[in-house]
Amino acid sequence: MLDKLNEIEKAALESLSSISDQAALDAWRVANVGRSSPLMGIFSEFGKLSKEQKPVVGSAANRVKAALESAEEGKSKELKIATLAKSLAEEKLDVTLPGRTVKVGKLHPTTQQLRRVLDILAEMGFQVYTSREVETDEMNFQMLNFPPHHPARDMQDTFFVEADNRGDNPILMRTHTSPGQIRAMRDASRAATDPLNPPSIRIALPGMCFRYEQITARSEIQFNQVEGLAVGRNITFADLKGTLADFVRRMFGEGARLRFRASYFPFTEPSAEVDVECFVCGGVGCQVCKNSGWLEILGCGMVHPVVLQNGGYDPKVYSGFAFGMGPERQLMLRNKINDIRYFWGNDVRFLEQF
Amino acid sequence: MKIPISWLKDFVDLDGLSVEDMARKLTLAGLEVDEILYAGLEMPVYKEGEKHEFKTSGIAWDKEKIVVAEIREVKAHPNADKLTLLDLFDGQQEQVVLTGAPNIFHLKGTGMLEKPIKVAYAKEGSTLYDGHAEGLQLMTLKRAKIRGVESYSMVCSEKELGIAEEHDGIIILEDEAPVGRPLADYMGDAVLNISILPNMARNASVIGIARELAALTGRELRKHAQADRYTSKHAQADTLKPVNELVEIEITDPELNPRFVVGLIRDVEIKPSPYAIQRRLKLAGQRPINSVVDATNYAMLELGEPLHAFDYDVLKERAGKKKIKIITRAAKDGEKLTTLDGSQRTLTSMNVLVCDEKGPLSLAGVMGGSESEVTDKTKNVLLEGAAWNFINIRRTAKQHNLPSEASFRFSRGVHPALAEQGVKRGLQYMAEWAGGTIAPGLVDEYPLKPKDPTITVTPHDVKRLLGIDLTAKKISELLTRLEFKCTIDKDKVKSKTPPHRMDIAKGVVGLADVLEEIARGYGYDNIPVTTMADALPPQVGNPVHEWEEHLRDLLVALGLQEVVTHRMTSPEREGRLLGSRLRPEPNNYVRIANPTAPERSVLRKSLLTSVLEIAEKNARAESIAMFEVGPIFEPNGNDTSTSSHRPDVLLGERGLPNEPRELAIVMTGARLASAWDVKDSPAFDFFDMKGRLELLLSGLRLTDISYAAAREASTPYLHPGKAAEVKVNGQVVGLFGELHPLVKEKFEFGESAVSVAEFDLDLLRRLNPTYGIKSVPETPPIYEDIAVIVDDSVEASAVESLIRQTGAGTVTAVRLFDVYKDEKIGVGKKSLAYSLTYQSDKTMTDAEAAAIRNKIVKRLEHAVGAKLRS
Repeated sequence: MLDKLNEIEKAALESLSSISDQAALDAWRVANVGRSSPLMGIFSEFGKLSKEQKPVVGSAANRVKAALESAEEGKSKELKIATLAKSLAEEKLDVTLPGRTVKVGKLHPTTQQLRRVLDILAEMGFQVYTSREVETDEMNFQMLNFPPHHPARDMQDTFFVEADNRGDNPILMRTHTSPGQIRAMRDASRAATDPLNPPSIRIALPGMCFRYEQITARSEIQFNQVEGLAVGRNITFADLKGTLADFVRRMFGEGARLRFRASYFPFTEPSAEVDVECFVCGGVGCQVCKNSGWLEILGCGMVHPVVLQNGGYDPKVYSGFAFGMGPERQLMLRNKINDIRYFWGNDVRFLEQF
Repeated sequence: MKIPISWLKDFVDLDGLSVEDMARKLTLAGLEVDEILYAGLEMPVYKEGEKHEFKTSGIAWDKEKIVVAEIREVKAHPNADKLTLLDLFDGQQEQVVLTGAPNIFHLKGTGMLEKPIKVAYAKEGSTLYDGHAEGLQLMTLKRAKIRGVESYSMVCSEKELGIAEEHDGIIILEDEAPVGRPLADYMGDAVLNISILPNMARNASVIGIARELAALTGRELRKHAQADRYTSKHAQADTLKPVNELVEIEITDPELNPRFVVGLIRDVEIKPSPYAIQRRLKLAGQRPINSVVDATNYAMLELGEPLHAFDYDVLKERAGKKKIKIITRAAKDGEKLTTLDGSQRTLTSMNVLVCDEKGPLSLAGVMGGSESEVTDKTKNVLLEGAAWNFINIRRTAKQHNLPSEASFRFSRGVHPALAEQGVKRGLQYMAEWAGGTIAPGLVDEYPLKPKDPTITVTPHDVKRLLGIDLTAKKISELLTRLEFKCTIDKDKVKSKTPPHRMDIAKGVVGLADVLEEIARGYGYDNIPVTTMADALPPQVGNPVHEWEEHLRDLLVALGLQEVVTHRMTSPEREGRLLGSRLRPEPNNYVRIANPTAPERSVLRKSLLTSVLEIAEKNARAESIAMFEVGPIFEPNGNDTSTSSHRPDVLLGERGLPNEPRELAIVMTGARLASAWDVKDSPAFDFFDMKGRLELLLSGLRLTDISYAAAREASTPYLHPGKAAEVKVNGQVVGLFGELHPLVKEKFEFGESAVSVAEFDLDLLRRLNPTYGIKSVPETPPIYEDIAVIVDDSVEASAVESLIRQTGAGTVTAVRLFDVYKDEKIGVGKKSLAYSLTYQSDKTMTDAEAAAIRNKIVKRLEHAVGAKLRS
């Protein structure tokens, strides 16, 4: 009987060793430790054994049973690990396949740039003031110290709007956001409780402007502008320099060098152009700065006394400064865009890059 | 304008300043140097990484290799007909040089010359421009054999030296040119190309620039050096009749012609001007013509006063036996004049003419007439210098499209004081270069003298507006450098405007004008950098702007790309859409009076068309989802002014168009980007658009939103079955749907439907948002699905709102998850399946939920004839 048990154990363990899947293991269990297995047959033949044989065979049979069950458990674990390893191997991805994206929308690059500029100005206390795009000659030119037929008008080729009998005050597409200066000053001075003592003004004037041009890589019929205007008491040219130094530092980085160059705008005096050291080449000279090392990025000046007066501010008491810039130009310089037509062309392959 | 450095040096000592120093000083003072052209002078050499300041071009002339030489003998080339051999001396040794120059060819084979010819000689290894190449290409002289004769050097033309872009032979220098001297030292030059701003008209001259440089460097302006020669060197012949006995002047309108001066020179010889003069004119961008014409141009460039030379004998003949009478007057409408460019001009009463008693002679301040112009046969020259009204000249030059050196200056304002100086200087140069004798005196009509304003400026003014502390003495010094006549009275500086500038006004404006001069003289770079002391005004923000920016953010978060399009379009372009009906359609467009192109002749009144055009341009993209936020333009009815308004009175704001703000959205193409695991994505349709609009409106925190099928008449451009209006608080704020197939056909889109939406932002913005947030319930929810069968005509929104009403308080979410149609549930019927969420403050039981559900089903049966689908 003991020999038989040894044979059973040996045969069972031998057949277990060749098993490689769960189904075969299940069958093995039925065949070797199941109710009708030879091992269980030994237990059922127990009654036939002598009193002396019973404990010997009994303990041997129990030992075999435990050995087989433990062997099965070990095999089962082994199979699980093998199966997992197999499935992990099968699930291996080509991690270089492209990721799954979502469709995102983006702001137009000019909106992004306008925000950059306006955010900085807002922190400096200049709040957004918007005004209309179709203007009168009076607001766009005359109030800003461009008399009719003044040569300064040559600097701003103008689109006119059809309207009859308006004499020297035709309707036109604004050529700059500056009519907003007059509108803002008048809003403030007319609302003032004491007309001789209107409040200080700090505003940013963003918006679309228009010039009569042929559309080419270098010129467009419409473009955005952002102007800043400060009006108050004892505001000086030195304050203008300080304000723009702050702005330029925020806009172009701490190390940005700038210079003020005398210039001319009818609505400011003294007037200046502000150049920033070329951020493409660091001033060494490149295509972007046309080898000059400097980039013209702002026009500015002290608000002309005529403009203050037209806005309801006494130029003997009040002073102020204004500055203006072009977001598209900033984008073109920064991103080395060589064709201004991209902006209103709105090719998604262009827009997506911002 | 182009200013040769050598010319500036006639008037100001520039020793110790490099060309770039001068350019920098001028640029910072508002005379921007766009480019420096080197013609001989040493050019700055930049090391790698060194900072540039100016755009430069041209060449420097090597002092060792390019020198003045003299041709001593002209021989024939043994093997080439068109070449000559020159024996020349370069100051050190004899050289043999080959040339094909046409202006030396006539001497071919002459042998030893009686008088040597001075030339610019370049030795082996010199770098020059290639005279035979197109454009400007550098080359280095190398040794070569040309037809058997060794050649290693050359005599140069102007093109080879970078003086002019064309050449007609070698340069022949003045007889005094010192042989052996480096050419750069003898005539090396550089040209500053300066932009003249409209308020800097006084500086459109060599003297103007010299004055600025003198002021900026604190040096002396030798302004009168040239003018003095007029009276000293060439004494006026007493034997000649004074001009005023020969010519008289009548000015009919001093406003248009404040001053008119003429002088006379007799027995001139029309011939080429001296080479040095020709070279300067060329460097300044003028073509040399002859000694008389060059004298007028040279004097104009130098002084800034345009001059006009008449052939005196032509005028004399026209006058017959009478004294010549020059009359300046407005032209008669339709009057004709042939200008010296040969074209006959028809004039209007706006133009001013210089006439004699027979008729027009020239278009005042713009261009001379051909009949009285100076020709090769001219013997006696009557020279005009005048002052004109700058606005009138500007209009005339524009009207006749005649930009000229004269009109450039006169249209920006030339001080009348310069008229006399100009005539004297012009006559002087004629006498020097064309010979002849200047007749005594001038005829000078000067009916309207400008009032050169005197401005009082104090250190306080300077402090208040510029932020710098200057003493009265310093202020006076800065202004005196620019020729203001200043007197100091305590701390007041009284500064009288010098008689060459017209840009200083009176009063408070004049003060600003003078402060600008002080700031320029002091140097903008020297003004300190300060922070505003003026208190920051109350910060109120700009809610309208901020709302619109928020709207943009929401749209972008929904996956829509922002576009910005042209405001200008054409009725034809917008016609493709059959008009948007968001608001009553205006009949007219706001029209551009001077459009650049027919397709940009009006301002848009449909934002949606603009976005559709961009979508169409991008139609090759597999998926398009874009929006624009911006204005449209609607004519304002009352823009025709009535006769009671005088046209010269400012009309104010009446007639300006309205500029309502709109939002337009276009979506078409694939819903998902195709990828290695995404094939055949469904296309965007009506409900993709609607879903985004729902999210947009909830993002704006709007409630009480409803959707209804749009009336066909209001949306002719939309598919009649796929068009809806969006209402908030019962008010229509937007329209959306899929484009009508017939409209879509007019655009080049792909196969998939094109969904569009437009919103009136002025309405939308005015709606009050709801800010209440519901607390998140802590009790467990009960979920249940119900499906009801209703007639196809019953709108889903009606069923949903019945469910919500009936379940109010406990049904917290209603989601339609299926719409099913099949004959099995009946023809003309549909099944709507909803997933309901029941939840209340206390934990609900299934029985409580079932009771509510039964109520809902009953309500639906009653109200819309629904049957519960089992």
